[in-house]
Amino acid sequence: MPAPLTHLQRLEAESIHIMREVAATFAKPVMLYSIGKDSSVLLHLAMKAFYPAKPPFPFLHVDTTWKFREMIAFRDRMAAELGFDLLVHINEEGVRDGINPIDHGSNTHTHIMKTVALRQALDKYGFDAAFGGARRDEEKSRAKERIFSFRTATHAWDPKNQRPEMWKIYNTRVAKGESIRVFPLSNWTELDIWQYILQENIPIVPLYFARKRPVVERDGMLIMVDDDRLKLQPGEKVEERMVRFRTLGCYPLTGAIESTAQTLEEVVAEMLTARTSERQGRLIDRDEAGSMEKKKREGYF
Amino acid sequence: MLQEKGSALPEPDIADIRNYLASQENKTLLRFLTCGSVDDGKSTLIGRLLYDTKLIFEDQLAALEQDSKKHGTAGEEIDFALLVDGLEAEREQGITIDVAYRFFSTPKRKFIVADTPGHEQYTRNMATGASTADLAVVLIDARQGVLPQTRRHSIIASLLGIRHIVLAVNKIDLVGFDEAVFAKIVADYEAFSKDLGFVSVVPIPMSARYGDNVTRASENTPWYSGPSLLDHLETVDVEEGLAERPFRFPVQYVNRPNLDFRGFAGTVASGSIGVGEDVVVAKSGKRSRIKRIVTHDGDRERAFEGEAVTLLLADEIEVSRGNMLVAPDARPYVADQLAANVVWFDEHPLLPGRMYLLRTETDQVNATVSHLKHRVNIHNFAHEAAKCLELNEVGVCNFSLQAPIAFDSFEDNRTTGAFVLIDRLTNATVGAGMILYPLRRAANIHWQALDVTKASRAELKHQKPAVLWFTGLSGSGKSTIANLLERKLHAAGRHTYILDGDNVRHGLNRDLGFTEEDRVENIRRVAEVARLMADAGLIVLVSFISPFRAERRMARDLMDEGEFIEVFVDTPFEECARRDPKGLYARALKGEIKNFTGVDSPYEEPELADVHLKTAGREPEELADELEAWLRERGYC
Repeated sequence: MPAPLTHLQRLEAESIHIMREVAATFAKPVMLYSIGKDSSVLLHLAMKAFYPAKPPFPFLHVDTTWKFREMIAFRDRMAAELGFDLLVHINEEGVRDGINPIDHGSNTHTHIMKTVALRQALDKYGFDAAFGGARRDEEKSRAKERIFSFRTATHAWDPKNQRPEMWKIYNTRVAKGESIRVFPLSNWTELDIWQYILQENIPIVPLYFARKRPVVERDGMLIMVDDDRLKLQPGEKVEERMVRFRTLGCYPLTGAIESTAQTLEEVVAEMLTARTSERQGRLIDRDEAGSMEKKKREGYF
Repeated sequence: MLQEKGSALPEPDIADIRNYLASQENKTLLRFLTCGSVDDGKSTLIGRLLYDTKLIFEDQLAALEQDSKKHGTAGEEIDFALLVDGLEAEREQGITIDVAYRFFSTPKRKFIVADTPGHEQYTRNMATGASTADLAVVLIDARQGVLPQTRRHSIIASLLGIRHIVLAVNKIDLVGFDEAVFAKIVADYEAFSKDLGFVSVVPIPMSARYGDNVTRASENTPWYSGPSLLDHLETVDVEEGLAERPFRFPVQYVNRPNLDFRGFAGTVASGSIGVGEDVVVAKSGKRSRIKRIVTHDGDRERAFEGEAVTLLLADEIEVSRGNMLVAPDARPYVADQLAANVVWFDEHPLLPGRMYLLRTETDQVNATVSHLKHRVNIHNFAHEAAKCLELNEVGVCNFSLQAPIAFDSFEDNRTTGAFVLIDRLTNATVGAGMILYPLRRAANIHWQALDVTKASRAELKHQKPAVLWFTGLSGSGKSTIANLLERKLHAAGRHTYILDGDNVRHGLNRDLGFTEEDRVENIRRVAEVARLMADAGLIVLVSFISPFRAERRMARDLMDEGEFIEVFVDTPFEECARRDPKGLYARALKGEIKNFTGVDSPYEEPELADVHLKTAGREPEELADELEAWLRERGYC
């Protein structure tokens, strides 16, 4: 008997299996690409799953126009290097209305520029399956979600009436207009993600590593001043601090942590001694209780 | 993971981090679930495990304290259940609706735990959690003892192949840590579960709320000398024997990036395979050899159980998704008839005769329950005769498939011996099946090849065979219109026959009543007869209420393409009840006739009828003319 698979080998095989299942059974799948570390792992797994072919589906980035500049540069570099088919969608109506996270708050901004934008993009291209990088260990409502998660024609999730999901037999049937969100990283934890990035040498956005960056303290979070759209409020001052990010989103909504971790090993070491969960740096989850579930029911990933 | 942080582990040494991670990699993984009746404390137990193994982050703990004040059911104390009950409806109602997956690890092992709901209504979510678990923690409230849900969950766990049970006798503090209470419950459980095939049943007295015997031995139960729950979970061996099982590779996806590369992508379900070794395509029996085992990290010499790889064969042979590459000397069954244990998940019962979509890991085929052998009574395990399986019921069924599939028995292989059933109209997952064995009938009854074909019979009659399926409420005018149309067709020299609902019930179907099961069987028989008649070259007019979409769909699928013409005779209920030619509506509305369509039994209107006849304000003669014109345009007469 051979040695049993290691933990990461097992997770990798499960994710690849899920991706192939989607490619084999859906007419028009797409992979959501959010540029963060989980997306980087997802992309890496997709390259593996269909080797020597390229992934048989495009990658979609829903751009809120408020992402860190380094994220956009990284996205374009990856698409050029790996040669995958990148689609970028922006909610132009939102842009026209000047929707932004600073004046309108995280709820409105996220709803219009992310949730609505995503629904627009899915409808525009007629995708019937969309991969996302969500993990069950991230948040309580995610812990309840199926790997193949059904959405109605209006993109709604009904958490009280999910399809049973037995073994690795996935029900991939949808009627016209309906779709499935697919989460190949469901069973990965934050540590697994980092460990895998380390093992496979997966490129990630440099924002995950500590560097001197200009930040202001706002609402108890350290917000990076990524461009001049972030207007300072009375009493705020920009400081150069050694910081990094545990998760990445829209820069005015994503808190940095003070850190000296400049290598992957140091980041992992820091993570092992962390006393708070990674989503703590996200304004979006704290706005109201159960806010993630609410957003998901509306079509958020 | 946080178990190691702070207290247990010294600050990780950066230089050693790779070694540390390597040691994490070598830990084994245990997937388990918590189950049992409602309010037995499943979610609380998991919350307690996470809390005691220091797996809760500070911000999560702060949120938990806040939540406990708002929704908590533990008074002033922290309500651990709120850690896992993540849906708003769950928190508001204080119950678990769907399975939650949590991840934790200790220095000895990694764990994925599925916290499953206790309410009978949500049994399918318990089954979802159990299908990927190797051990079940069955909770029992010490004050309540073994309850119906304890039995139901134990039976489902057993059917799904779980062989290791922890019997967590919870809330032992509420019975004064009484050993006699514990012993009685353990005896009850063992008596009832002895035939369920469990390899180990480990009973532990416990208080999830206060932590007794959860992660450490309790001083309150000096009479108990066994392990704490965590000790047991860290050490229990759930690996099935060491013997290697035969090679099974369900083909998931054919990878063809260019003309020179035709790879079969999939996950090795069992056994292993090496380059140069022979394999057989399960359904065709064709043999070839493994030329390459391709992965992104380079070609491999061997592939093992659980690995996702791409196989290249030495010969160009037909293989597609749903087929299986297997060991030549130990092949799976290939059959179109099989017997299986079924757990039913849908509010709408499983009905013999109705067609479902049967889906294995990579294959799918239309399947009909040819015989419901029995239902299992969860109270005493008695095998009871049944006409259908209701929500959450368990039974043994024979299935008849439209095409053969490759499979093993579930007992031999949990991957290749399992399937789900999908409703073909709603696409809901309505049941799960664990295959027992193939039925040999399929192997002995072959199609007899006949020289005179359907086409030659039809040609002799100078007509195109067709099945005109008239559906609509009782009294809507189906038979009247069908009768007029047949007269016209007959006059034009066409060979026809009318199958009328009432007439057929006097003979062929006189053993059937009007329950849902009998209605399904009624339609199945008539559809088969109509098919034989169309095969004989006739134009068949079927005049049946046929209230269910699923059966009309089944009938359509039986016929050749374009042969089935669904005619919706659309007369509003009020009009039918007013006409009431047989006086049936009057009696049904008075409650004298049960299961009357439109009154206390539903009529599902066709969504895509080929011909939609709205009868309001029109004469039957006119409608028959319209139908005849429709048929003429399409070359049927």
